[in-house]
Amino acid sequence: MSAPAAADGAPSGQQRPKGRFAETLSHARHIIGENPVTGLSFALFALLLLCAVFGPLLSPYDPLASDTVAALKPPSAHHWFGTDQLGRDILSRVLVATRLDMLIAILSVALVFFAGGLAGVAGVAAGFFGGWTDRIVGRVSDTIMAFPLFVLAMGIVAALGNTVTNIVITTAIINFPLYTRIVRAEANVRRNAGYVLAARLTGNSDTRIALTTILPNILPIMVVQMSLTMGYAILNAAGLSFIGLGVRPPAAEWGIMVAEGSAFIVSGEWWIALFPGLALMLAVFCFNLVGDGLRDIVDPLRRT
Amino acid sequence: MSAVQLLDVRDLTVEFATRRGVVQAVRKVDLSVGKGETIGVVGESGSGKSVTSYAVMRILDRAGRVAGGSVSFSGLDLLTASEADMRDLRGREMSMIFQNPRAALNPIRGVGRQIEDVLRQHAQAGSDDARRKAIEALTQVRIARPEERYNAYPFELSGGMCQRVVIALALACQPRLLIADEPTTGLDVTTQKAVMDLIVDLTRERGMSTILITHDLGLAAAYCDRVIVMEKGEVVESALSSTIFGNPSHAYTRKLMRATPRPGITLRDLLPEGEATPLPPPVPAGEALLSVEGLVKEYPRQGASRFMAKLFRKDVADAAPFRAVDGLSFEVRRGESVGLVGESGCGKSTTSTIVMRLLDPTAGRILFGGQDIGAIPARDFARHPLRAKIQMVFQDPTDSLNPRHTAGRAIADPILRLGGLRGGRTVRTRCEDLATLVGLPTDLLDRFPHQLSGGQKARVGIARAIALDPDLVILDEPTAALDVSVQAIVLNLLADLKAKLGMSYLFVSHDLHVVRLLCDRVIVMKTGQIVEQGSAADVIDTPRHAYTRELVAAIPHPPTS
Repeated sequence: MSAPAAADGAPSGQQRPKGRFAETLSHARHIIGENPVTGLSFALFALLLLCAVFGPLLSPYDPLASDTVAALKPPSAHHWFGTDQLGRDILSRVLVATRLDMLIAILSVALVFFAGGLAGVAGVAAGFFGGWTDRIVGRVSDTIMAFPLFVLAMGIVAALGNTVTNIVITTAIINFPLYTRIVRAEANVRRNAGYVLAARLTGNSDTRIALTTILPNILPIMVVQMSLTMGYAILNAAGLSFIGLGVRPPAAEWGIMVAEGSAFIVSGEWWIALFPGLALMLAVFCFNLVGDGLRDIVDPLRRT
Repeated sequence: MSAVQLLDVRDLTVEFATRRGVVQAVRKVDLSVGKGETIGVVGESGSGKSVTSYAVMRILDRAGRVAGGSVSFSGLDLLTASEADMRDLRGREMSMIFQNPRAALNPIRGVGRQIEDVLRQHAQAGSDDARRKAIEALTQVRIARPEERYNAYPFELSGGMCQRVVIALALACQPRLLIADEPTTGLDVTTQKAVMDLIVDLTRERGMSTILITHDLGLAAAYCDRVIVMEKGEVVESALSSTIFGNPSHAYTRKLMRATPRPGITLRDLLPEGEATPLPPPVPAGEALLSVEGLVKEYPRQGASRFMAKLFRKDVADAAPFRAVDGLSFEVRRGESVGLVGESGCGKSTTSTIVMRLLDPTAGRILFGGQDIGAIPARDFARHPLRAKIQMVFQDPTDSLNPRHTAGRAIADPILRLGGLRGGRTVRTRCEDLATLVGLPTDLLDRFPHQLSGGQKARVGIARAIALDPDLVILDEPTAALDVSVQAIVLNLLADLKAKLGMSYLFVSHDLHVVRLLCDRVIVMKTGQIVEQGSAADVIDTPRHAYTRELVAAIPHPPTS
């Protein structure tokens, strides 16, 4: 076996060729072993997903049932996270809210990934052709970027009405430029690669090359971007709810809960805002770390 | 050999921790460099030659570890020296030149400033005389107009110029040991000669010791006192360069030497003894297949300066457009292989790209089998029936394969798009036939490029190019990224395929020896024009044009026994 530093990355003769998936998996194991924080973030992500799926089953109380006798109780053995002004159990509400918040984040990111993936294809085409496609996609992105993104989100939701669907659409729209720009830049790097020229020589049209040759090579980078955008999407949804433009009460949602609890911090009932806030922070933190971990896994330079 | 050893490496073993366990990259290497001595470390990729030098400089990356042995530099044990001592030694006592000069320089800092930084870092200059000393250093590496170049940024300088700046940086503090790691790979032959002459002159002048790390046995033998040959992490031979060519003792050295292209041999002589079958008989060249007439490619001069001039309504005489290819006419006949030779920037790649129909010419005709394909826009040519008849083998086998497609899919791509074959089974059979033809084991077809060796990737690239039975294959330095022993095999494969399939080659290269081995005729280009053409043997053995003579002279000539 040659030195790992060797330019020629030939595998040794004994090594059986593994499937791409199996290899990625073993590489992922290696990266996680090397950096425990990445492993932790993946575990946290699994935990979040678990809460999102089984939240209502895990929660000890009905998240919407008010109990005025038990209002504004601090954390105790009965109510681990305490209760709010209507006597609703905060632990239950935080657990149940996971589903709604994750749903908004995942849906909006999925939307921007595919619709923005469409823009991505247009972006690939933009990076590939130059010309007018490039200008249209570029100027649309610039226009979106020209607004303070949160204000833009407020405007769109205010105009369309604050439903979950609209929040998802809004979050997708404000993330749109990020995707097109990344795809455009990455496509630009690759358009003069030998394998792209080779694809032209073998009779592929430009559109076909953009779709079947360049796009699959950019996909891993887009997936990393996706996980980073998730954290931002959750924050955005919670932020909209916080200022009353998102999910409507009494639905359990982290942003609303922080908003409702913020009024009570002054009077000493800190737990109402703290726990949903912590959940929010943990989720954003987790998505960012997962993004870093994914980047290490898909980055070919980290493969030795 | 001098009695006082400046650098003494004993039993050096370097290990790398990888996912597949610990790998020994360097095993029990002994190496010594006397004062004022120049030694060459030669080996193919993966032989551990660079790792050895990194271990000496203590700049191994974090996965690497010295597992045993000793390194002493004029009495000081480098393996136990503190990091602070090493920082002080690097640059002042021993310095290094890397392969890619542009990457070794800070792109956003003027080159003069970068030299000043090194001088100040090692307290060789103060604020008052740093500039003067930096200019002096530039003068010493024979950079013309050093005062002007002092302010230049790396991107404004050519590759050769950048390497001179790197040498100036490395020598600025008068070190006693210089390690040059492939200092001329990627440079033109004439630049290579200039750079190597410079290194040797400067180090001799100052009584410095030099370690030259290279894959080129000829280069090492031409410039070094002693040559050390490494294979798979071990030193297999160490000999004076005057004797190593005449009397190589190790089988690996003999194999390397055989594989190095040199005058007076045939392609088959590159292969190890006993493996060579007789060369196919030369095919008599038929009628003209490709004829290029008055080919011109112009690029408008653009850039900030012109834009600014327009902005401020300065009256600039519109600069004449840059002519990359300037009225080129030549012919490739059926069954013939023609070499297109020249240094970087001479327009040979532009020419091949235009002939390939990936780029539109400004003027001129490209007749292919009687039809003017130059008139078909490059964009439409992708689906033209003639597309299948002109194919190409790319320079870098790694870069030219889509990392997400298996070898089999890469070969199948042209068959599916242009070959008109349908059905998984037929296509697969065709791919297997092609793989067998280029000597690629068919079970490798399911592998991804990163699971293949350089030579195997080159074979995939060749199989893809010949998949559609093209009449003309353009070879763009197809072996430049390969080790010499792999190059020997690939060149022979190309020659065999040409005889078997009756193709013509247009071989773009800067390596005259290789061109001579593979080509019937040679065209020498300079600044977009042809300066000389004729049969390969005539042009290279008895060059008529001054430029061709310069090219031939610049090839390193190992001492012949």
